Amino acid sequence: MKDHIKLLQLLESDCTLTHDQLAAMTGLSAQEVKAEVKRLEEDGLIRGYRAVVDWDRTDREAVTALIEVKVTPQRGEGFDRVAERIYQYDEVESVYLMSGAFDLTVIISGRSLKEVAHFVGEKLATIEDVTGTATHFILHKYKENHLIFEKREEQQERFVFE
Amino acid sequence: MIDYDKILCDRIRKVQPSGIRKYFDLLQGMEGGISLGIGEPDFVTPWHIRDAGIYSLEKGFTKYSPNAGLTDLRQSISRYMKRRFDLEYAGAGQVLVTVGGSEGLDLAFRCLLEPGDEVIIPTPSFVCYGPLVSMLHGKPVLVETKAENEFRLTAEELKAAVTPRTRAVVLPFPNNPTGGIMGKEDLEALADVLRGTDIMVISDEIYAELTYGQHHISMANIPDMYERTIVINGFSKAYSMTGWRLGYVCAPKPLIAAMTKLHQYAIMCAPTTSQYAAIEALEHGDGDIEAMKEEYDGRRRFLVDGFRRLGLSCFEPKGAFYTFPCISSTGLTSEEFCDRFLQAEHVAVIPGTAFGPGGEGYVRACYAASMKDLGEALERLERFLKTL
Repeated sequence: MKDHIKLLQLLESDCTLTHDQLAAMTGLSAQEVKAEVKRLEEDGLIRGYRAVVDWDRTDREAVTALIEVKVTPQRGEGFDRVAERIYQYDEVESVYLMSGAFDLTVIISGRSLKEVAHFVGEKLATIEDVTGTATHFILHKYKENHLIFEKREEQQERFVFE
Repeated sequence: MIDYDKILCDRIRKVQPSGIRKYFDLLQGMEGGISLGIGEPDFVTPWHIRDAGIYSLEKGFTKYSPNAGLTDLRQSISRYMKRRFDLEYAGAGQVLVTVGGSEGLDLAFRCLLEPGDEVIIPTPSFVCYGPLVSMLHGKPVLVETKAENEFRLTAEELKAAVTPRTRAVVLPFPNNPTGGIMGKEDLEALADVLRGTDIMVISDEIYAELTYGQHHISMANIPDMYERTIVINGFSKAYSMTGWRLGYVCAPKPLIAAMTKLHQYAIMCAPTTSQYAAIEALEHGDGDIEAMKEEYDGRRRFLVDGFRRLGLSCFEPKGAFYTFPCISSTGLTSEEFCDRFLQAEHVAVIPGTAFGPGGEGYVRACYAASMKDLGEALERLERFLKTL
């Protein structure tokens, strides 16, 4: 497998791996890893490093909503222009162009239901070319980014002697 | 009052319990302990395999299976052996499904050994071979493999151990605990010693899927050796299915027939639920093996690299999921090292001596653990080495 694919896979599964660890795991030198990761960052193949947080376990109030957005595509620009107008908002976590019954999936987070509703009503729905929205609030996160949010039980009694 | 020492048979009284156990008992009571001692995958069985087991329960498939195992499973095993190792074993008659590879080993010894028969066992190796042989009044003949030979069994060593009483030789490769494997030429050299004899090969290939860099080759692949080889394999290591207790034996028909006789009286059949899950594993699990192997490979390199950085020489393991670093430079025996490391830093590794002659001066550290634990264990090892 190509070195950069291997590095991307390892970092995608755990971005806290150090250059030394990555080097040992891939057989590259630490310098090579450092240079390669820098290149991947500069070329934009690595877009960032973030913790996956389960906010439900804190007392911080937060709601997330998935909004289906219907859009009139524009000549010469398709959906790009309107997508850009949407993703500029800080409240917006993700924007995806979809196949099927609607055009864009917009995931937004806010402090309260009211805040999200306000955003949709005042900002999103009023964008020219947006012809309709359907807002779905997320009630509970079970799994995100391959990480399971439930507390998992571990088998308690284990092992003989192998 | 019965004196149980008097009623227990001599053989069982002489068998020593495994020396590995105590490290886990000690570790249990420790805060923040890290175990690199356990010999099992840290992955949970892949979901689609668990699901197949659950589905069989939902359908009410809770009865005994045929003694030798479900016909579909034996056929899957037959296709798998052909696909992965280029070995032809007929599902009907040449495959026996067992309760783990361990049962397969026991059956093989029981079907072959007369009292006084010798079994050649390369060491360091998995702890069960010697006691199983002793329980049958057989004589384990232990042959040390060496780091300078990459822990392979050489033809000279084998030849020197053969006597007129030799009934079988165990080939525990890929090896627990050393990580040594046998290549085609290595096996061919052994075959030259065994060809023309009635010495059987009991090939414990439970780690066959976990080799790094080169594909596993079975002794049964070597010309003239198919007829004298009993292949032991199972699902525990390849598919992370240790608790399902499922293995299998592939061998010439008369041997499988003999082992099936014993199996039907002692065990009846392997657990039916596990057998249904195993079909799913064999038919759709190649990707799981690849993914787990890839993961182990990264950890393997990391741990070997870590030991070497800290000044411990370490053979690069080529199979299984253990490293076997040499700790003789510390001036401690294997057991002292493990005891003190555990007490001082709460990290469990296993003394090489637990795996037989040739293990002194080494410890076994398993890398089927998270990168976080492996990194932390190395930091603690660094601290520990500085105190010596």
